[in-house]
Amino acid sequence: MEPTIALAGNPNSGKTTLFNALTGARQHVGNYPGVTVEKKQGTYRQNGDRIRIVDLPGTYSLTAYSLEEVVARDFLVDEKPGVVINIVDASNLERNLYLTLQFMEMGVPVCIALNMIDVAKKRGIAVDAERLSALLGIPVIPTVARNGRGIAEVMAAAGNLLRSGENIPPLAISYGPEIDPVLDEMAQEIAPSSFLAGRYLPRWTALKYLEKDEQVMALGRTEAPALSLSLEERVSRLSKRLIDTLETYPEAVIADQRYGYIRAIVRQGVIACRDGGHRIHVSDRIDRVVTHRFAGPIIMASVLLGLYHFTFAYSEVPVGWLEAFFGWLGSVADRSLVDGLVKSLIVSGIIDGVGGVLGFVPLILFMFLVTLISWTGALLVARLLRSTVIRGEPSPFVMELPPYRLPTFRGLFLHTWERAWQYIKKAGTVILAISILLWAMMTFPGLPESRIQAFEQARASAIATAPGGLLQEIEAADEEAQLSPRAETLKERLDTIEADQAMAGLRHSVAGRIGTFLEPVSRLAGFDWRTNIALLGGFAAKEVVVSTLATAYSLGEVDTEENRSLARTLSASPGWSPLTAWSLVVFTIFYAPCFVAVVCIAREAGSWKWGAFSIVFNTTLALALSIAVFQIGSFLK
Amino acid sequence: MTKLNMRKMQKNQSGRIAAVNAVGELGRRIRDMGLVPGARITIRGRAPLQDPVAVQVMGFVLTLRNREADYIQVEVN
Repeated sequence: MEPTIALAGNPNSGKTTLFNALTGARQHVGNYPGVTVEKKQGTYRQNGDRIRIVDLPGTYSLTAYSLEEVVARDFLVDEKPGVVINIVDASNLERNLYLTLQFMEMGVPVCIALNMIDVAKKRGIAVDAERLSALLGIPVIPTVARNGRGIAEVMAAAGNLLRSGENIPPLAISYGPEIDPVLDEMAQEIAPSSFLAGRYLPRWTALKYLEKDEQVMALGRTEAPALSLSLEERVSRLSKRLIDTLETYPEAVIADQRYGYIRAIVRQGVIACRDGGHRIHVSDRIDRVVTHRFAGPIIMASVLLGLYHFTFAYSEVPVGWLEAFFGWLGSVADRSLVDGLVKSLIVSGIIDGVGGVLGFVPLILFMFLVTLISWTGALLVARLLRSTVIRGEPSPFVMELPPYRLPTFRGLFLHTWERAWQYIKKAGTVILAISILLWAMMTFPGLPESRIQAFEQARASAIATAPGGLLQEIEAADEEAQLSPRAETLKERLDTIEADQAMAGLRHSVAGRIGTFLEPVSRLAGFDWRTNIALLGGFAAKEVVVSTLATAYSLGEVDTEENRSLARTLSASPGWSPLTAWSLVVFTIFYAPCFVAVVCIAREAGSWKWGAFSIVFNTTLALALSIAVFQIGSFLK
Repeated sequence: MTKLNMRKMQKNQSGRIAAVNAVGELGRRIRDMGLVPGARITIRGRAPLQDPVAVQVMGFVLTLRNREADYIQVEVN
């Protein structure tokens, strides 16, 4: 098996940039089993050897505070990577080293990539990497992940660690006269038994008990209840003593001592600050403008507007190409396949459905690209929203406001491509299946024999009443040819019968019946039964609303020869006005979240009641709002 | 030297953390992010409606709500 190197570090330390630089396009994105935390893997080549690189989620610590921390910790324990490359933000050394210490305490081989050394220098902070390395006893290599500086050196150092294979003694920090003796006793109690021995070192397990780590304690209780209880008793005795004498807690003392240890190291000539480190950073200057009481919201609004304008203005051309391509595909299929169910499935179901959704790919690509380019804008929005919207949630809310940084082009394109690819995959799988299902609902059951015959008779009588030769003229004529006025009339009559039959068929189908059933209510908001079908499809995935609308209207379309765009079909349709469109927009924004979202809500909230609530409440709200829009709009007209 | 609750600090006021009186998950989070006794902090700003607050500690900026700030005692000059 190829050796594994894990990348770990604080959020915003440049971990992903380093990962992209190391692995390039050779990455694989998945999830850690059972959780929604993203797992990125890739391959790096060194002297002909392949090394697996795993990008661990960014964390500040290795407690069990968040899912990310648990995932990172479990990975280190379960998969035992040969080396951990710890990316440390040089401009923010002390807090970043807090995580480093915890890796060293776990006994994993660590190598530090002292990243953003250039940013630190600009801020007037000089870090002595050699001195830091000597004090910590691990390799420390200055890097600038953005431009690739130092990356080869980091990998060389990591490769040396990997090959040496020697056991690195875990770091044992002194936690002071109160904690140390208890910690030692606990470790001695753990060592002879094989308590959690496959996973953790005795001292580390003891430390986690002192920190009241829920995950480790739960594991301990199931594996050795008696020993676990004895350890917990020791901890609570110490806790009581600390509260009584020093008004503090073991976990507080441990954190203090860790930071104390870091401070002691950093003060031994590791950091040299010019100007006392009190420079005004670029981010602060930007913030002074963009979070200004009055200018802030205005800038936010214009960034968002600009974003939309840019996205829609510049993606129009490629979207047009894709639409033309699917239109062409549709007409080829239309011409080359025999009339019947298969043709209907391929043209109306698959090409219209998937094509309608894939048509948005350029839009999505643009949107992500633009979003990422205006990353500063997004961050600013986040800062403003964070300061107004998010409040009242029960979990602790302490988060970093990272400085503004320019993204690298490589990261930008990789990320954009990743997102677009996810969308394309969704179009090819989930949406394809939904399109086929919806097509079936709009096709079956077919019209009864008697009604089909009625249409056949109407067609026959139209042909019979017209003078002979006209039918042949219509059939012989190609698209551009000018028909005689009388042939034109006959053709129109035949097309109308065709459309009436398609419409009757749609109305007779399962979807049509549901749509018609809902029409008395939806009429109030201006939706006819065909729109209802589209909205029903939207419950499967919101993107489907547009494509289903296209299918519903193309099934009953008069002009089957040319593929008209949905926008033109709708604006030509008598039941549609701009007001209907507004009402539909409002309804689509607010009504029941898609099926997948409802499942997530139910799972996260722990009960299906919340899932059902989100469907009923949102749909009622959406209906009320769209009825209001439509009725008030009609009244004003 | 007076001790002050972080909630009561003004914009641009600096001080040194004297005590963090939070336990459990909240305490752990606050400490993991570098808000430990002895750390120098500066209030960088407050959002409209005074909450949340942006605090500079060591070389970076954190944001927390007044609810969390209540647990933090700061020595100010």
